[in-house]
Amino acid sequence: MAEDDRIVASSAGVEITGTALQPFLSPDFDFLAAVEAAGPFNATHCFQCRKCTNGCPVSFAMDIFPDRIIRLALLGQKDEVLRSRTIWICASCETCSTRCPNGVRIAELMDFFKELALETGITPALSSVAAFYQTFLENLKLTGRVFETGLLPAYWLRSRQVASLFKSGEMRRSLDQAVKLFRKGRLSALPHWVREKGEIKSILRPSRSPGGDKQ
Amino acid sequence: MKATYYPGCSLEGASKDYADSIECVCAQMGIELQEVPDWNCCGATAAHSINRRASIELPLRNLRLARTLGNPDMLVPCPLCFNRLKTAVHGSNDPGAAFPGIWDLAAFFATDERLRELAEGVKKRLEGLNVVSYYGCMSSRPPEITGAADYENPQSIDRIVKTLGATPIDWPYKTDCCGASLIVSMPGAAFKMVEKLLDMARRVGAEAVVVSCQMCQGNLDMYQDRIEADTGKRFGLPIIYFTELIGLAWGLAESRGWLSRHFVDPVPLLRSKGLMAAER
Repeated sequence: MAEDDRIVASSAGVEITGTALQPFLSPDFDFLAAVEAAGPFNATHCFQCRKCTNGCPVSFAMDIFPDRIIRLALLGQKDEVLRSRTIWICASCETCSTRCPNGVRIAELMDFFKELALETGITPALSSVAAFYQTFLENLKLTGRVFETGLLPAYWLRSRQVASLFKSGEMRRSLDQAVKLFRKGRLSALPHWVREKGEIKSILRPSRSPGGDKQ
Repeated sequence: MKATYYPGCSLEGASKDYADSIECVCAQMGIELQEVPDWNCCGATAAHSINRRASIELPLRNLRLARTLGNPDMLVPCPLCFNRLKTAVHGSNDPGAAFPGIWDLAAFFATDERLRELAEGVKKRLEGLNVVSYYGCMSSRPPEITGAADYENPQSIDRIVKTLGATPIDWPYKTDCCGASLIVSMPGAAFKMVEKLLDMARRVGAEAVVVSCQMCQGNLDMYQDRIEADTGKRFGLPIIYFTELIGLAWGLAESRGWLSRHFVDPVPLLRSKGLMAAER
């Protein structure tokens, strides 16, 4: 957990931390129902064994561990969940969902929360990850297949990292890598287009209209 | 035999080396690969992360196109494509769909029949080559989708490696995540994940890592020198596709070309083991 969690209440050995206390005063009781209606993800089957967190290969980069994300969802803490880094850093490796003794679809829930965060206009805690996925799908809309050569520059622009990556030397590194790939015949100069582009475009329309669904 | 083939986007680009080795090895085995006509991207992690509907409909379009070819089997080299295609079948409520059987390529090559054919074709056993098999996530998990029985300790690549005469070393990170696309969007986190894998591969005595996933290959191969520079560690581990290993054991001249397109050059290792001629 974050180091700045201050203990503000303690009773019978249970400690409540400062950052955790505030949202509990206004739980969103409809949140869990909306989540499960979109699933089922079996979130209510969770008995907090932490198997998901213990096996998670990205837990080191999370602000809230996966088992606590599930707990927060059960407690109607929509904002805490949707504003977390955790839902974005999840690499979808499916270790948690595979090992959960109660069949909670943890990784699938992380996806659902990402989509919901974007739909509800919440700024993603890790904007670079969101920008990469958005760029990827925009890229697909044009060609139907991923055009790797165009993907990275488009992502840099969208995530507004051009200046910082240039300064830190990361852009130079990426370009060196691209040149190497090109020399090895592993980078296409032109995209491969799907013939039926209209079909792809129609599939890639937004899942739901923003704000259209009651959350 | 004829088999439907869904290469996926990376095999047209940065993983052309994998694609070339697959096409060559399949041709040698008498497998005619018929590419899905006008196939599209499976949507990958981007779609299932932020557009769930598209993450089902994109692969479904491919499956409908694949059905027109009429072959019973569809071979899918990219484990993420494999996973997304299987997910689409799982999520489709069309019982009469009659889609082809979807194969993870390594699992297809590890069936008894194919292993026999692999063994018959071996010209030079890869004796003395110590490797770890690295499967990554998507060919195994979640098992309800992939149908994998040995999802915590998969065996397909190990069986192929053993058939070719090399030694697969048992290790604990066979299915641990390489960080996937986080290598672009959160490189610091992904580098740590890759470092952990390379560290363990070295600790158990591997001289190379054998993979079936081009995403894992890219993350472990293309960024290895960078991670070495950042951490001061030295891995020097070539990341080799199982199909390249088949080509090598079969004595296919083309295998040199595939292997020369990696970042960590496997040729010095293979030469030192007497598995590749020293000329050129």
